[in-house]
Amino acid sequence: MMTGLGATVARAGRRLLSSLPALFGVLVFTFLLMRVLPGDPAVFFASGPNAGKEEIEQIRKQMGLDKSVPEQLVFYLSDIGRGNLGRSMMTGQPVLKDLRERLPASLELTFTALLIALIAAVPLGVVAALKPGSLVDHGVRLFCALGVCVPTFVSGLLLIYVFYYLLGLAPDPTGRIDVFTSLPPQRTGFLSIDFLLAGDIEGWWAACKQLILPALSMALFVIAPLARITRASMLVSLGSDFVRTARSVGLSWQKVVVTYALRNAILPVITIAGIVFSTMLGANVLVEKVFSWPGVASYALDALLSSDYAPVQGFVLLMAGIFVLVNLVVDICYGIADPRVSIG
Amino acid sequence: MSEDLLRIDDLHVSFSTRRGMVEAVRGVTLKVEAGEMLGLVGESGSGKSVTGFATTRLLDPAGRVTGGKILFRGQDVTKLRGDDLRQLQGAAMSMIFQNPRAALNPIRAIGLQIADAILTHKRISKDAARAEALELLRAVQIRDPETRMNAYPHELSGGMCQRVMIAIAISCNPALLIADEPTTGLDVTTQKVVMDLLAEIAAARGMATVLITHDLGLAARYCRRIAVMERGRIVEEASPRTLFGAPQHAYTRRLVAASPTATSGIADLVTEEEREGYAAVVSRPRQEPVHGTPPLLEVRKLAKRFDEGAAAVADFSMTMAGGESVGLVGESGSGKSTTSRMICRLIDPSEGEIVFDGQSIGHVASRDFHRSRFRKDIQMVFQDPNESLNPRFTAFDCIAHPLMRLDRMRGGDALRKRVEDCAERVGLQLDLLPRFPHQLSGGQKARVGIARAIACRPRLLVLDEPTAALDVSVQAVVLQLLDRLRRENDIALLFVSHDLNVVRMLCDRTIVLRNGGIVEQGESRALFDNPKTDYTRKLVEAIPHIETGPVLAAAL
Repeated sequence: MMTGLGATVARAGRRLLSSLPALFGVLVFTFLLMRVLPGDPAVFFASGPNAGKEEIEQIRKQMGLDKSVPEQLVFYLSDIGRGNLGRSMMTGQPVLKDLRERLPASLELTFTALLIALIAAVPLGVVAALKPGSLVDHGVRLFCALGVCVPTFVSGLLLIYVFYYLLGLAPDPTGRIDVFTSLPPQRTGFLSIDFLLAGDIEGWWAACKQLILPALSMALFVIAPLARITRASMLVSLGSDFVRTARSVGLSWQKVVVTYALRNAILPVITIAGIVFSTMLGANVLVEKVFSWPGVASYALDALLSSDYAPVQGFVLLMAGIFVLVNLVVDICYGIADPRVSIG
Repeated sequence: MSEDLLRIDDLHVSFSTRRGMVEAVRGVTLKVEAGEMLGLVGESGSGKSVTGFATTRLLDPAGRVTGGKILFRGQDVTKLRGDDLRQLQGAAMSMIFQNPRAALNPIRAIGLQIADAILTHKRISKDAARAEALELLRAVQIRDPETRMNAYPHELSGGMCQRVMIAIAISCNPALLIADEPTTGLDVTTQKVVMDLLAEIAAARGMATVLITHDLGLAARYCRRIAVMERGRIVEEASPRTLFGAPQHAYTRRLVAASPTATSGIADLVTEEEREGYAAVVSRPRQEPVHGTPPLLEVRKLAKRFDEGAAAVADFSMTMAGGESVGLVGESGSGKSTTSRMICRLIDPSEGEIVFDGQSIGHVASRDFHRSRFRKDIQMVFQDPNESLNPRFTAFDCIAHPLMRLDRMRGGDALRKRVEDCAERVGLQLDLLPRFPHQLSGGQKARVGIARAIACRPRLLVLDEPTAALDVSVQAVVLQLLDRLRRENDIALLFVSHDLNVVRMLCDRTIVLRNGGIVEQGESRALFDNPKTDYTRKLVEAIPHIETGPVLAAAL
């Protein structure tokens, strides 16, 4: 057992090391990309449309934009090395501080959405696989197709229309918590957890109510890939020799489906869930916009629109880092779930 | 008990396929008495496994029993549902399968898998089930069972996995065990150990066993009664002695002829009517090589080490003359495939020299060897005819490809003629050439593989278990074909196989490998009749022969 765990940790470490060059590549690439994009930040952040040439020139100098691109890159890299992601022109705050404030909001939303998606997708996939070609199977397929066809901002708006406007069940879609609730002391940054830690059940419920609609509209979008992969791998698993063995000795239906088939079938689902998570985190900007969710993605979009280099670069770096981290976690989960992995 | 344990009455099983219903079993009637071991023998597609699966109610969802009865202790198995069925499965009858590693859950410790089966049928605590599982591992003679309890299937050898599978199958003392090709794919020595164990356990527990196999020799060795199946019907049923001594049905006669025995030669593998064409070739005297001709292939001190760890092959030396056939035998892991791949330059040796026709070719990187002029002189025939043909190439393309690559032929009539010529030489009907691999039978695919290999007129053919995936009757034909090609075209054959019977018939000389080194080598007949080392003797004795003489009578 110990050796298995040790091997997994060692593998994780190797993975982390080997991802460093990729991270560096992302860093340089984003930097260059931002310089190539049209738009002059100095003009954008000058006092007004009538700002004089000298003023713009001064801002440019202040921002270091008068230097050559390679020089700027060196400055940027040395800043990154010291843990300084620069300062956002929009908010006037260090990018690191902005991201730190907003990342928990995005993570909370994404985690919840992924959880909902998995809870829905795995049973759907299993049910579909147990009776392939049946009405249930087609129903699941239709549901998945609808989830993928409808863009998240449309499903988000629909959900708001039904649950907020028509039924009045949901609170108004304006951020993580309504303005009248007092915030709990910040510990994890996840409001639902912080409220619980503070023992404030009412606040926790309020935060959950705010969370549920955006999480649901994101989940709808990713249920499809997760359910499809569960179905496919469950079909392979159910048709495999070892499930036949389990049936040959008369194991109960639950034991055959859950312990034998599903536990094997879940392995590819872990991989896909990791990819889905990273994608959702970066691509949930539409949901964040619709629900005025103060997350990192909408922050990055705003920065991009106003040619604010530092936040965009910081965001991309953050996403790349999270992607590496998620893959690492998937790797470790895989190593624990499948005893064959740590050997090979 | 006077009543039969299992009685199958006019069983019909159909499968719904894309081309409509296909009847796999058409009217099988069979009896198994308590405690006996019955052999159910037939080639692929004969319906023998389907009969077994129907009995244990493990048919694919596409398969259905469309007629007949399967009475187990007087109860019709085909009508059981739900809990009644589950009480039967495992507790009263169980099954072991081909490919034991796939038959075990890859991510569950084997101890737990055995305990799962026990807990299903007995109301005992988990600890008690664990203790019983440990006891079962001891019963199937797994060394160090305490540690093995926590092992996963991938950590065990194929033979060990099959023992675990047997442990699971016998965990609740069933009265009937159906063994579906339990040792196919295992080494001969492992096969013997596993089968001996199975027979011993069955005898000790009074368990009736149905041994489903394509290997007549295996069935003859372990069963007192053998039923032969062909195309969904039982064509003959008798004791091994009568079956092999005086087969009644034409199909049985062909099957018995095709099964290699301790004394048969290649010419004996078909019935007498089919023998004439081949006899004409064999009778032609072979041209003796002129004295002093340099060997075609000379291998000196060849070694291969993969990454880290012990050498897969070490200090391997051999020579081959033109037109000679040499067998390379050994258990899995003995390095025979590695050696053959080095010789045909698919992988690079770590040390040593390979000299072909007086030229050293060992130093040419395997990556670049396709440009060497010797590439077309050394060709290979692979084990699995299904896997080694490109599914998107027709038979014609498969054979034409090496001609275009190595002989620089362009398309057109010349190419067509060469391909048709190759097809004729291997006895492949010309109207099959436009077909894709999935439209060909196993034997036809094997012929395409051989035609592809001889297309460029090689001087050395390396064959890696070319008949392992084929039925005996097809194997017989392919072996005759190979022998004829060798005699007609003077092609040297390096034949890698774990099937000693086949090697003995086909090869002039045999080299026995073990753990990457040569144990023994010599003239085939002498080596098999009079093995000098214990290892070779063990290998030879493990082969299940069809013995019709007094030996078997004495054993009974």
